[in-house]
Amino acid sequence: MNELSGPRGLRLSRRSFLIGAAGTGFVMAFARASLVLPEQTAEVVASRGFDPNLWFHIDAEGIVTVHVIRAEMGQHVGTALARILADELEADWSQVRVEHVDSDPKWGLMVTGGSWSVWQSFPLLSQAGAAGRTAMLEEASRLLGVPVTALQARNSVVSGGGRSITYAQIVQRGDLSRSWSEEQLKAMPVKAPADRRLVGVDTHALDIPGKTDGKGIYGIDAHVEGMVHGAPVLPPTRNGSRVSSVDESLARQVAGYQGHVVLEDPSGTVPGWVVAVATSTWAAMQAAARLKVAWQSDDTAQVSEADVIKHASELIADAKAGAWVVDGAVEDAFAKAAKQVAAEYTTASVLHFQLEPLNALALQKDGRWEIHTGNQWQSLILPTLAKALGVGEDKVVLRTYLLGGGFGRRLNGDYAVPAALAAKALGKPVKLTFARPDDVRFDSFRSPSLQKLSMAFDGQGKVIGMQHDACAGWPTQVMAGALLGKAKGNGAPYDPFAISGADHWYTVGAHRVRAISNDLANRAFRPGWLRSVGPGWTNWALESFMDEAAHVRGVDPLQFRLSLLDASGDNAGSAPNAVGGALRQAAVLRRAAELAGWGGTLAADTGLGIATSFGQERDMPTWVACVARVKVERTTGIVRVEALTVVTDCGTVVHPDGARAQTEGAALWGLSMALHEGTTFENGQVRDTNLNSYTPLRMADVPPIQIEFIPSTEAAVGLGEPATTVVAPAIANAIFAAVGVRLRHLPMRPEAVLAALKTGA
Amino acid sequence: MSQFQLNGQPVNVHAEDDTPLLWVIRDELRLTGTKFGCGIGMCGACTVHLNGRAIRSCITPVGAVAGQQVTTIEGLSPDGQHPLQQAWIAAQAPQCGYCQPGQIMQAATLLLDFPNPSDAEIEAVMAGSLCRCMAYVRIRQAIKLAATAMQATPVEAAAPSQGAAHHE
Repeated sequence: MNELSGPRGLRLSRRSFLIGAAGTGFVMAFARASLVLPEQTAEVVASRGFDPNLWFHIDAEGIVTVHVIRAEMGQHVGTALARILADELEADWSQVRVEHVDSDPKWGLMVTGGSWSVWQSFPLLSQAGAAGRTAMLEEASRLLGVPVTALQARNSVVSGGGRSITYAQIVQRGDLSRSWSEEQLKAMPVKAPADRRLVGVDTHALDIPGKTDGKGIYGIDAHVEGMVHGAPVLPPTRNGSRVSSVDESLARQVAGYQGHVVLEDPSGTVPGWVVAVATSTWAAMQAAARLKVAWQSDDTAQVSEADVIKHASELIADAKAGAWVVDGAVEDAFAKAAKQVAAEYTTASVLHFQLEPLNALALQKDGRWEIHTGNQWQSLILPTLAKALGVGEDKVVLRTYLLGGGFGRRLNGDYAVPAALAAKALGKPVKLTFARPDDVRFDSFRSPSLQKLSMAFDGQGKVIGMQHDACAGWPTQVMAGALLGKAKGNGAPYDPFAISGADHWYTVGAHRVRAISNDLANRAFRPGWLRSVGPGWTNWALESFMDEAAHVRGVDPLQFRLSLLDASGDNAGSAPNAVGGALRQAAVLRRAAELAGWGGTLAADTGLGIATSFGQERDMPTWVACVARVKVERTTGIVRVEALTVVTDCGTVVHPDGARAQTEGAALWGLSMALHEGTTFENGQVRDTNLNSYTPLRMADVPPIQIEFIPSTEAAVGLGEPATTVVAPAIANAIFAAVGVRLRHLPMRPEAVLAALKTGA
Repeated sequence: MSQFQLNGQPVNVHAEDDTPLLWVIRDELRLTGTKFGCGIGMCGACTVHLNGRAIRSCITPVGAVAGQQVTTIEGLSPDGQHPLQQAWIAAQAPQCGYCQPGQIMQAATLLLDFPNPSDAEIEAVMAGSLCRCMAYVRIRQAIKLAATAMQATPVEAAAPSQGAAHHE
């Protein structure tokens, strides 16, 4: 999906790297090439005219501070990124600090999602670190009077020729002013993998201590003097409601109630929202619950999940509809097929339910709007906030906080808009906190989906064609239209995040993938990106279907997959990100099968199921395979997951323990969505709005998980999501292996298992 | 208007008696380590100790704690070095971290009752504490590490009840 390379905005283009004195230290930064000539380095540093995605500085004490533009939401991203840089810089890790920065145009695109952070940053950070080390060595050479070839840097000390000097001393005594062009930076020699001292080595994550003693500050903890508290009153529908009247007589009985604001929103983000204002969070929530608001609403107040799926069915039935993302001549293949198999899969709405409810503090200070909140995509919401407030984008800054869970919910920054509008209306700082049911009601939840897959075999049982049609609400269409891709097949626009995963690495002959936007979903709610995004549901269908196809074909599901992962043609892979192609996917499958005892004898009603994934995108493949062992209780339909085995090949692993933690969490998200979660859209709202009926996995539901990473020095790719996508299909396939019933709806409820057992489906 | 002991210090608060303790701690007393998650006592993020035992502060009216000992994550250990906190770091348990103060406060009560807890005991007592990042593998690990450490070096239970509670 090369269409994404633009929006990611992280390709090095006409950018140079510079080092110069700043304050009592040295700053090392990327700058626009047009800004800087070698002799101007000092000027550019002084004017802070950077255009970096990341920069760092070394102060007179030798403290290396790495500025991180990614949001910290549990992935310990600062630690991983700083390790990459510090390794090449040969910095003493104990002197490295991480600072998560506020929004600023100088950082370029600010987004944390897609499992992109490490993958995007690795080459850049390595080169920047290497440039820093080179500068330190050269300056040390001058200060020590020892030729640079006789010196080596290690642990923030340069030594050689019987002499040594620390980075701190170089900063104190040296006079660094250097710049490298983009070409020079690209040519900057970086370490051979065997020489790495921090990358691939475990460390304690820098963000963790503050998460054990209550000192970590999340958006919900933001506070300024003089702020008032707000709580939203949400309209019946997401997009088409208008306030017709507000009766505040009951709200007035709440001690601390100060009034309400009917939001006027030029950005159209929060139509029909009202904010109750009070002296405390609790009073604001109490008052919000007592404001009697009457609305005029659009027809989506009558839309339910069944309507969305029915509409999807109609859209898919139109053979010409949608974006043809992969377009092979499937008509011929199916026309001459000796055997065919087809199946439909559905997924229910899934909530983010990030544990920190949505919140934002907005205030105006020194002519600028400050928005204090945790957010994953500052660059997306900032223009919307500017429009809502009627100011230029340079008059809005997002202050950065820890995120009490992101999972994609905070890619959509809509929740900052009502805080900003209320603060503007009242002329004072407003801290808006959503009560949990309100956080959920207008969650940008994962759209329900319908998918139809079919496969054609020739007379010898060879796969000669495959089609995958997927229809769901498209988050990118609704919230970030500029990022829509253009389908290779028919040029139609499409949401790459609502189809990725279907464009798999199996060699299947003629292959067609159709991505279809569910316009009813897009209108009735605000579909969102949710952890593992497209592959979270496309891979559920794909990997369930591969299993079905294997059984129709009468081959072992593992062998069937391996036979198609032959790395031929488009699936051969390419440097730097996908070296080895489908062969690496085959390798993780084999390893997971081996670890899980694939083919062994199992107890009654117990089965092994296997599934695989290439992660989030074809051009950043993270190869994952999972084997689930389940036992099905025939009397209750309850599926007990007895063990999960997850094998990952993500290339170079930067922070092994962090990688394992991400994989544990991702796999358990997959399990939770497979068996424990899922809601239903009912009359313009989600049915489940709190933990009394929405039931994510708890500790007792956690099976033994075996996790393994394939040792590799290939390009580091993403890890936050891929393990999520394999668990549900592995479980569905294990259920089939255990009791012979096929479940094609996610989540898989005991009732569905029972019903299937009854009909013997 | 209530008076109670917060982390060993007497506090007077202005909030009405039916205000949840959570919001008094966060908004009025400005200790933000105690988190708001669900508001109905089902996620455990708001867990604090009342007289040394875990309670859900989001469904506990402040009037109900008058004259008693309330301990928050900030008061579990003066320097953040309670064996549970050390174990949480050793196991690298937190991901986003938002639920972890509540998890740790709940785990303290678990270890008070079950100094050497079985998996089933851990699961039963921690069932009310949701970790949305699903860091459960490490939370369990950390609890076991802390149990071992605390048995080797017994520490006083945090904020023990000091005699009969008195009400104003």
